[in-house]
Amino acid sequence: MSEDRSIDLCGVRLRGPVLNGSGTFDAIAARRAFGDALVERFPFDAFVSKTITLEPRQGNPPPRLWETPAGLINSIGLPNKGLDGFLESDLPQLAELPVPLIVSVMGFSRDELARLVAAAGARGEVAMLELNVSCPNVETGLVMGADPAETAAAVERVRPASEKPLIVKLTPNAADPAAVARAAEGAGADAVSLVNTLKGMALHPQTGEPWLGGRTGGVSGPAVRAIALEQVASVSASVEIPVIGMGGISTGRQAADFLAAGATAIAIGTESFRDPAAGRRIAAELAALALPGTHPAPASTVV
Amino acid sequence: MSEPRTLAPPERRMATVSGIERLGAYDLITALDRWGPRDPRPGQFYMLAAAERWGGGGDERPYLPRAFSYARARVEDDGVALDFLLEAVGPGTQRLSELGPDEGLALVGPLGIGFRPPADGTRALLVGGGIGAAPLLCWQEELLGIGRAPSGGGRDESPPGVLLGFRTAAHAQAAALFAGQPQVVTDDGSVGRRALVTELLAGELDDDANATVYACGPPAMLEAVRALCAERDVPAQLAMESGMACGFGACFGCVVPTRTGYVRLCVDGPVMDAAELETAMVAGAGH
Repeated sequence: MSEDRSIDLCGVRLRGPVLNGSGTFDAIAARRAFGDALVERFPFDAFVSKTITLEPRQGNPPPRLWETPAGLINSIGLPNKGLDGFLESDLPQLAELPVPLIVSVMGFSRDELARLVAAAGARGEVAMLELNVSCPNVETGLVMGADPAETAAAVERVRPASEKPLIVKLTPNAADPAAVARAAEGAGADAVSLVNTLKGMALHPQTGEPWLGGRTGGVSGPAVRAIALEQVASVSASVEIPVIGMGGISTGRQAADFLAAGATAIAIGTESFRDPAAGRRIAAELAALALPGTHPAPASTVV
Repeated sequence: MSEPRTLAPPERRMATVSGIERLGAYDLITALDRWGPRDPRPGQFYMLAAAERWGGGGDERPYLPRAFSYARARVEDDGVALDFLLEAVGPGTQRLSELGPDEGLALVGPLGIGFRPPADGTRALLVGGGIGAAPLLCWQEELLGIGRAPSGGGRDESPPGVLLGFRTAAHAQAAALFAGQPQVVTDDGSVGRRALVTELLAGELDDDANATVYACGPPAMLEAVRALCAERDVPAQLAMESGMACGFGACFGCVVPTRTGYVRLCVDGPVMDAAELETAMVAGAGH
């Protein structure tokens, strides 16, 4: 008999605290590779979809990846089927997963965002919504999530579009992520998640030109973990709403650090690329740490 | 016909290195996979990482696992022995080339879609460039019916032709892994003629164009094969490679352009129908 590890996230009961980061796991593609065993041994306690946009997107030209020390830079460009394609073909398949579904959406204007939130939020299969605000608002030219006022305006605009819990995914590429988090909270967000990837680039070893087809990309993996942990701690200290922490988590001990820093739940991203079952392994390691009478050693000391 | 894909267990598992054979410029690593499926399909691949010391090499890498088509698979009492052909060209392949006996090899697989049977009434022509010979090895075995009971299908096609191109004699040692007498050319003329493997292919198709071509090799070679087969209306299947982080559709990093848009090589390939491609000249993996 397994112990109850369930948590409450914005009124939704999750069997545990381990989510996936948006865009780091495609449950539909994974089911083609792994079959129904993926559903039977599903690695996460809630599933966050890839970000969907109003119109279909092909994504950025390759190459899209560059390996860094303990991490990678990706420049994927949000390929997706668009809202209609998602609702028609992806959503029924994602509804077969054994965990609550969180749909991530991104719009290039506040109106677009509101349309996406209304349409996805109206579906019974969808438990929560996540706003990806790491994109430019074409009307103002500002990256929504980089600016507290932009973020507040976006959340205020979409808030009436759905009664479902609304998570705002914060970008680390902001002068003061805690100020953005407070703005999101003030405008009616139910939770914040962070960090998204950190902006980075790599040059072609022979030509010196940008390696990635999209020229720049986002850095993820253990390389960003210390930065992510600080941002999760400072945001957690600034808001009352739940915080979903992520950024290079690859062990249960590191997940425990993010929880200790104030996160209610954590998400696994890049580590899933190395092991599709990373979420399950990290949840088990985390559960073992929490056993009464155990005193985990410090995760990292300079020796 | 269903697609040639054996499902992988949904987690990384540990295999044990049971053999390392130096083969000229290459290493042939054999790993005993105790918990994986016994029947991977030729053309499928595995994501590999050394269990220990994965990281801290050149440029403080590797970090991500590396994708390898398996070269051969043999069912044994306690698992399946998987052969991987590799050449140390970057921090990941360098570390894998340093694996020793009984070391752990973390793997996920088999992944992707393998080779489809030849078009009716055509003979198979296997065309390999360098390390691209690897998936053609198990495909030749399968086409010849080696290591399994005859299918009973009454196939009476001629045995597959094998055409291989290598840079040097050291690389060309991999040709010895194939059954029969593969035709071999090299860039420096040290083994066989000094020629490109596509010249061999053009000659074969001149003699008899009633063929299905299976090719694996560097992008420029695959593009030459694609163009040649398109020109002569010969069906071709290309086992391709692209920079890949996960191998199971999660990262969206390994896309190649097709006539209908980008597709992920890891879940819709790595074996692609050449007719779907405008070009096979795609950015390489860089191991």
